[in-house]
Amino acid sequence: MNIELVVNGQPRVALVEENTLLVDLLREQFGLTGSHVGCDTSQCGCCTVHVNGQAVKACTMLAVQADGCDVLTVEGLTPAGSGQTLHPVQQAFSTCHGLQCGFCTPGMIMATVDLLKHCPQPNDEQIREGLSGNLCRCTGYLNIVEAVKVAAQTMRGQP
Amino acid sequence: MYSFAYHRASGVEDALQRLSADPAAKLIAGGMTLLPVMKHRMAAPSLLVDIGALKDLRGITLQGDVLTVGAAMRHREIAEDALVVQSVAALAQCARSIGDPQVRSRGTLGGAIANNDPAADFPAAVLGLKGVVVTDRRSIADGAYFLDMYTTALEEGEIVTAVRFCKPVRAAYEKFPNPASGYAMAGVFVAEFDEAGSKQVRVAVTGAAPFVFRWTDAERALSQAFSVQSLATLELPAQGLNSDLHASAAYRAHLVRVMAMRAVAQLTGETV
Repeated sequence: MNIELVVNGQPRVALVEENTLLVDLLREQFGLTGSHVGCDTSQCGCCTVHVNGQAVKACTMLAVQADGCDVLTVEGLTPAGSGQTLHPVQQAFSTCHGLQCGFCTPGMIMATVDLLKHCPQPNDEQIREGLSGNLCRCTGYLNIVEAVKVAAQTMRGQP
Repeated sequence: MYSFAYHRASGVEDALQRLSADPAAKLIAGGMTLLPVMKHRMAAPSLLVDIGALKDLRGITLQGDVLTVGAAMRHREIAEDALVVQSVAALAQCARSIGDPQVRSRGTLGGAIANNDPAADFPAAVLGLKGVVVTDRRSIADGAYFLDMYTTALEEGEIVTAVRFCKPVRAAYEKFPNPASGYAMAGVFVAEFDEAGSKQVRVAVTGAAPFVFRWTDAERALSQAFSVQSLATLELPAQGLNSDLHASAAYRAHLVRVMAMRAVAQLTGETV
């Protein structure tokens, strides 16, 4: 089936099998390997991307369901030519060492960006709830929560 | 997943036609249950008819004391909708307790109640709020929709289009989630209604039995006195409740009472 979608601001077309998962389209056809497949059972959240502005697990969505949609992956957080090297959330994860092996990080970051959009000043509980769809097998949650707080501060324009 | 064909329905009529033309076709909306089931090859539909974005299945309206929620409204939309939060906050609370944020971005009310998972949250809200399930061909009365585990009154090829909830005087939902899956090991929706001047209470329980049910002893006790104390000495018989590696039937019976007490406490300000 032919589909048309916008990925990271760029209109794209693709020919996909009906049973192709969105994450496989992104990784294998578009080469956007920042979205990881950790569990393939919609538990770990490593494949989190935004579809029409909302965080979803790309392993539990068909590529054909994204026909006509606007998809944002971790690669699109800092568009080429924007002059930005890292999104404030990415910068905060780096500064706070909110990662150990890094496999879950793209998903954590995409979930965080969605969380901060509608909850710009989250407390610990809201952060943990907001990231409850993302697992870190290294169990580095303390620094992840810290990174979200720092990102929130930066994005609110506070030092 | 096995291979299948995919069709994005243009309307309810179109979806009905596709379903009747192909007995092995299945509806998909959010796909939060169907896609994992298909990955496990426990389902192999020949055709997926996508009704997840149908306009006729969307929207939330309040008319008098009836809150109508379109079947394709997503959990997240219901949780965040100003009208829901204002008129039936417990429904938003119930929606917010489902799965995780990413799942709530995709999963729909209609999908959840059509699937009727014994541990799903929305069935408790539907039964607790005297929900009438509206389909393409009829309205299924309060209490007549949920029939058994994964079984509803829906006929083959029937499409849920909306649910009409009764606005309560007050209501709350409390669940004890399985720590791994987030599904309810016991979830209790308590709602108080004013029926011609007399107080009437609903207590709907999910996660504990093969399908959602009303705990009528608790309803009677709370209708007489709406307080945590009214439930303190009640016992829900464990017979017929689910027993699995997560919790025995007796433990689930205990959880139901504790969740009911917590729900009441939310509304009365008591402590449990």
